[in-house]
Amino acid sequence: MSFFETRGLAVGYNGKTLIRDIDIALEKGGILTLIGPNGSGKSTILKTIARQLAAIRGTVAIEGGELSAMTVKELAKKQAVVLTDRIRPELLSVREIVELGRYPYTNIVGRMTDEDKRIVDDSLELVSVKPLADRDFMTLSDGQKQRVILARALAQQPELLILDEPTAFLDIKHKTELLSVLRYLARERGVTVIMSLHETDLAAKASDLLLCVKGETIAAFGTPDEVIKKVPIEELYDLKKGSYNAAFGSVELEKAEGKPKVFVIAGAGFGIPVMRRLQRERVPFAAGILFENDVDAAVANNLASECVTATAFEPMREEHFIRARALMLSCEEVIDAGAPIGKLNEYNGKLLEIAKEKGLLHYD
Amino acid sequence: MRAENASKRNTVSRFAAVMMLLFGLLAAALFLNLAIGSVRLTLGEIRALLFNGKDASTESIILFNVRMPRMLLAALLGGALAVSGFLLQSFFRNPIAGPFVLGISSGAKMIVGITMIFLTGRIAMSPGVTVAAAFLGSLLITALVLLFSQKVKNMELLLVVGIMVGYICSAVTDMAVTFASEQDIVNLKYWSMGTFSGKGWDSVVTAAVICLPAVLTSWLLSKPMGAYALGEGYAKSMGVSVKPFRVALILLSSLLSACVTALAGPISFVGIAVPHITRRLLKTSRPAFVIPAAFLAGAVFCVFCDLIARTVFAPTELNIGTVTSIFGAPIVISMMISRRRRESA
Repeated sequence: MSFFETRGLAVGYNGKTLIRDIDIALEKGGILTLIGPNGSGKSTILKTIARQLAAIRGTVAIEGGELSAMTVKELAKKQAVVLTDRIRPELLSVREIVELGRYPYTNIVGRMTDEDKRIVDDSLELVSVKPLADRDFMTLSDGQKQRVILARALAQQPELLILDEPTAFLDIKHKTELLSVLRYLARERGVTVIMSLHETDLAAKASDLLLCVKGETIAAFGTPDEVIKKVPIEELYDLKKGSYNAAFGSVELEKAEGKPKVFVIAGAGFGIPVMRRLQRERVPFAAGILFENDVDAAVANNLASECVTATAFEPMREEHFIRARALMLSCEEVIDAGAPIGKLNEYNGKLLEIAKEKGLLHYD
Repeated sequence: MRAENASKRNTVSRFAAVMMLLFGLLAAALFLNLAIGSVRLTLGEIRALLFNGKDASTESIILFNVRMPRMLLAALLGGALAVSGFLLQSFFRNPIAGPFVLGISSGAKMIVGITMIFLTGRIAMSPGVTVAAAFLGSLLITALVLLFSQKVKNMELLLVVGIMVGYICSAVTDMAVTFASEQDIVNLKYWSMGTFSGKGWDSVVTAAVICLPAVLTSWLLSKPMGAYALGEGYAKSMGVSVKPFRVALILLSSLLSACVTALAGPISFVGIAVPHITRRLLKTSRPAFVIPAAFLAGAVFCVFCDLIARTVFAPTELNIGTVTSIFGAPIVISMMISRRRRESA
């Protein structure tokens, strides 16, 4: 039995099933991230797990105890949420908001004991907002607000933390910091995390398990590697005008199709800015000669109409040179990305000489 | 740790200071109300009269049968109105909600008018029956406003709806009044404009019996109210049983505003302006602090407004609603403008 489990869960609104047959198992201290296009039902699943929405069928259980059998108070001590609802309380300090997290533990008038205060302090410190404790919540930046909302959830001392798009509205610095805090909580405090993210690259990096939500059932569930192999990101998001590089977790915009007009002599990453510029200018291009393990090759794969690649860790061979020369001479222009020429890629030096002779060469 | 204690002390000592200030103001207002009028009484005279107890002298009758019940009623109902407004603001999570602007007071007035004219045929209904009728009217209109609030998510638009509903209720009341007997019309008109005048001890007792427990119950709901301020989803996740809590808020706020409308007629803007000022004074919106302070502030506000209503153009009296509007409406306008500015910023 896993720490967190759903069995045959079906979720939806007003008795109408949106997604069915959701079977999740998650160990204590694990991070599970739901990915999938907008409107795919990630929030619906999270809301059902948080019992904000009744399950249509199936069960959700923490440590074998079914959620539906718990009182609201019991549930509040087990799990806390960070929702997408933007909160705008009037005249409440950061500390007052975090103190609200002690709700299930305090008496009828909400008196804070020393223990409660210690936990509130601890929560403020965990997300590094202690210095802001006396500030009015509404005067904070989006990044600070999100941390305070997380601190409030932590003050609830949850075993399971549910976050719906916690990184929305945050810049890259705050996104990475927030995910680091979650990783810390999972690793050091044994908090189990279930969240949804828009950023598939961050999801793959920050999570132990991914769940792809698309269509009426779960498209894939497993470790990030397994999931991305099974459901390519392009397919998950219906990415037609662009491509996703799974190794980098980065997205390239739509490639310019057609007969190549420019030949890029690249390597060692020098070609990436050149190829992206050509993509922006909508110029179809070819690239070569690239070792198959070169970062330039990964991007050329996404952006170039044609690409001549050579086996990694071996000198380029004549066949590569012949193919590349033919391709180059069919182009109107050749760009030298500035990659160094060494023993293994001497043929690229030869290509450069030929381009120079023919007056095709431009330096970049 | 020291900073934490300092801030905590800050809120608590601020609360204590505000409460002391309000008690002082209330004492001053109460004294002025007892002293000023067609017959002026000095502090010494008041003290002597209070000490000797009730007797047959004109002064004693004025003090015990006229000024004192009126003043206590103004204080109780003013406090009730402020708390009623605060409850509605918690419910809608919007500081511009109040029983008057949402048409709830007018609804109470309508049902009371209809009951007086068509059901009992008597203007002089007992305070208990009047409150019951007003409560029914309040609940009716609150239900209507809630129905609209599901369609209209924008608070400003909901206010417009509330004001229109208020107009409809007033129109129905006016229509009913035309069927009332000649002599009743004068009294009805007087009541429907809002006044604390001519109320006896039975009204004070009714107000106290209803308002004080209702305010106390409201205060006991401070904790879920605080959680609810973050939104329904968060409140639920913290262990608030949202549905019964929402019902309790509506019942309490309707009961309080009904009590006011029944005993003094519709009184405008106190429900918004007083909680607003109270929050600013306390520098927090935590219900546990705001509810007692708003109750006191409402009492101070209404006792002063009543003093103005009956003294400025004496012997002619102004409606209490006229005076509260003059002071309350500008506060509400400035609130709406500053909110707009903050939202667009």
